[in-house]
Amino acid sequence: MSSKRVVITGLGAVSPLGLTVSNMWSGLCAGKVGIDTITSFDPVGFTCKIAGQVPEYNIRQYVPKNLRKSVKLMSRDIELSVMAAHEAFSHSGLVTKGIDPDKVNINPERMAINFGAGLISCDLVELAPAVAASITDGKFDLHKWGKNGLELVTPLWLLKYLPNMLACHVGIIHDIQGPSNTITCAEAAAHLAIAEASQIIIRGNSDYALAGGAEAKVNPIVMIRQCLLGRATNQNNDEPNTACRPFDADAKGSVFGEAAGVVVLENLEIAEERGAKIHAEIAGTGQSNSINPQYEHIEPDGFGLQIAIEKALADAKIKPEQLDLIIPHGTGIPGDDLAEAKAIENVIGETITEIPVWPTKSMLSNTGAAAGAIDVIAAVCAMNEGKIPAAVNCDKKAPGCNLNITNRTKEKEIRYALCCSYTYGGQTAAVILKQPE
Amino acid sequence: MAERVVITGMGVVSPLGHDVETLWQALLSGKSGIAKTTIFDASTFPTTFDAEVKDYDLSKYTKNPHLHKHGNRGSKFVVGATAQACKQAGIDVETAEPTDGIDRTRLGIYLGAGEGSVDNDAFFAAIINGWDTDKNEMDWGRWAQLAFNKMDPMRELEQEPNMPAAHIAMLTGARGPTRSCLTACAASTQSVGEAMMMIRRGDADVVIAGGAHSMIHPLGLTGFNRLTALSTRNDSPQTASRPFSATRDGFILGEGAAAVVLESLSSAKKRGVKILAELIGYGSSSDAFRVTDMHEEGRGAVQAINAALADAGISYKDIDYINAHGTSTAENDSIETKAIKKAFKDRAKNVPVSSIKSMLGHLIGAAGAAELITCVCAIRDNILQPTMNLMDPDPELDLDYIPNEPRKTPVNIVINESFGFGGQNNVVVIKRWACE
Repeated sequence: MSSKRVVITGLGAVSPLGLTVSNMWSGLCAGKVGIDTITSFDPVGFTCKIAGQVPEYNIRQYVPKNLRKSVKLMSRDIELSVMAAHEAFSHSGLVTKGIDPDKVNINPERMAINFGAGLISCDLVELAPAVAASITDGKFDLHKWGKNGLELVTPLWLLKYLPNMLACHVGIIHDIQGPSNTITCAEAAAHLAIAEASQIIIRGNSDYALAGGAEAKVNPIVMIRQCLLGRATNQNNDEPNTACRPFDADAKGSVFGEAAGVVVLENLEIAEERGAKIHAEIAGTGQSNSINPQYEHIEPDGFGLQIAIEKALADAKIKPEQLDLIIPHGTGIPGDDLAEAKAIENVIGETITEIPVWPTKSMLSNTGAAAGAIDVIAAVCAMNEGKIPAAVNCDKKAPGCNLNITNRTKEKEIRYALCCSYTYGGQTAAVILKQPE
Repeated sequence: MAERVVITGMGVVSPLGHDVETLWQALLSGKSGIAKTTIFDASTFPTTFDAEVKDYDLSKYTKNPHLHKHGNRGSKFVVGATAQACKQAGIDVETAEPTDGIDRTRLGIYLGAGEGSVDNDAFFAAIINGWDTDKNEMDWGRWAQLAFNKMDPMRELEQEPNMPAAHIAMLTGARGPTRSCLTACAASTQSVGEAMMMIRRGDADVVIAGGAHSMIHPLGLTGFNRLTALSTRNDSPQTASRPFSATRDGFILGEGAAAVVLESLSSAKKRGVKILAELIGYGSSSDAFRVTDMHEEGRGAVQAINAALADAGISYKDIDYINAHGTSTAENDSIETKAIKKAFKDRAKNVPVSSIKSMLGHLIGAAGAAELITCVCAIRDNILQPTMNLMDPDPELDLDYIPNEPRKTPVNIVINESFGFGGQNNVVVIKRWACE
């Protein structure tokens, strides 16, 4: 019995470099950095005052008229995923109810959806009046909250914050009735969602799937969490362009942001039958755990990531030296970057001097549950154009890092590209893409 | 050739007991784990009762409680549940040199796990410090000042929903594929189903699957109360959860963790461990209907049930029992009944159905896996768990809900169904293991 193959037939990305895949890719090619001083709240008092912010958008343009009321229930994470999903379907040739209800050409039951999502943070301004009604002697009074404050919370409040609501809204808009999952593995979530969606197609439960991830990390609660954990850089607030420095000797931490990345995955046979444009093939995936009592960091030798990469290579049935491009997780957190560099080196051995490594967070920021998806899309763009843009903010590699970071744009045929990621909490993931035949 | 998937270990930390036998006996005696809320002062909330894990001692289950000391409630519960399941399955924990014959790169984890609670003191104090009631705006400098002062980094990190899986990785040394999902109340049936697929596909030999969740905190209770999803029968907590009853008025918020060891048949045979049951089918779908409501005809639920039966290669006629989602909300219980009628056709009125949420409350992310464990016990003992508090049945809901008393009857093949808020529907099929 021959195994099914899974290809990418649609791409959608909303990122600090723009509202479309094309914006993102041209920004990356130009070495543009989508990081700036935070504008959605006043970052005074924060050690990190910068972030990767998506440009202004009008969500209503992406939601069919009859569903516009649901916009009120959309947290920013949900909005970003709605936009990216719209773009992904738009160019895929698959017409869903959300694209054109009169020309639907898919069977809704055979379409799956699998999103990585983060912990959606509470809108504090929205909650504040309720809190203000629950104060006694300057302190929060739970008794008063139950009596007075609670009533001031809008009835459907909780629905904005359930991580599965991204897939839920997108699923309703596009009428996706197959399996729906929401992977909540933080910075590894999108790779895991893409891997699982591929597996759902391979096992025959779906013919196509919308997979990826979205997260809006530019809010006070998330930002303070990353500052408190020492993961966010406190340097270069005045020069945001230079702040996120994956694998650089002067790196002091990551910079966080918001994005959504979504791909349409499809059974190759079905894609070929309908003459779809095939962007890339999912050649293999791998997953593992980093185990570290200090689980906010990856283990110092990156072993769990090494295992994930090795499994992906085995799944793709290729050798490390066949890789033409690696897009690492590369957060700019020095200890973690070094661990990742070691892990990659342990897998690819001597070819470390040859295989180009292109970190993207210097330009896109660390977008959590979206990161893996926008990296996959960046890899697909690189593959389709035969071009690897220059890395940014890596002027001098950190000692011990032997990766071949691309310091100038490279024209290269990319047959196989590896994207890898890991997260606090330990989950690790690797996805290998193959150029379409 | 796809691997068959069996269950070789189970563990639970719940409002009705911190091990499988205690929970099971409690359910058979119709005991209730629902009582007045004690975790925080909920006396002025619309709902003042819940289903809490009581007197849980993490140090009973781990030699290294300090490794888990920052854990949110769900993380701490799942460590205990996992330790029990691993003990039963003969999986070594807390050792860098396991001798249980399991390649750690082929030992995976799949949880349906929820987020941890905010640090209430710091969270609310920071808002109060920053909020300017006259201007109706937040002074972020003042907010940040207090937040940086009061918030603890690890306490903040432990709110992330992938933390319980991290704790299990530390406990077991698992290096296999690991995921955590959060499809609301369907999460740990989804995690079990997808874990099953990992093994079938050959990506892992053993997967620790299950759920962990506690939303019993001020913001959680607020959220559900504002949705009017919870029962407000404050004068009678023990009878408040009354699935399929005419006077049902909402679910009861619970907490807990459940873990099962799923294993390929070849691995279980090789290791010579006892097989508790077999997982023969999994089906998953979405309603794609409304953010706030299930599909009126249970379209997605029917799809998932049919997909699970097809995956198992059996018909609706082969099912001896349905473990219902049965939350005790007006909507779920009637739509679920419709879905069962559609999927089970001429047999609908003869297949016994029950909801243990009537006694256990709703463990949200952990519900599916806890319910799965009770299904394995039902098969083992040939006894079906009852739906308690079914004193005034809803006349429109006319299935056999096993009212108020457990029932001795042969039980061989069972389905467990979970329907998550947001329209995710997941169903697994469990079969008696006959020695082969």
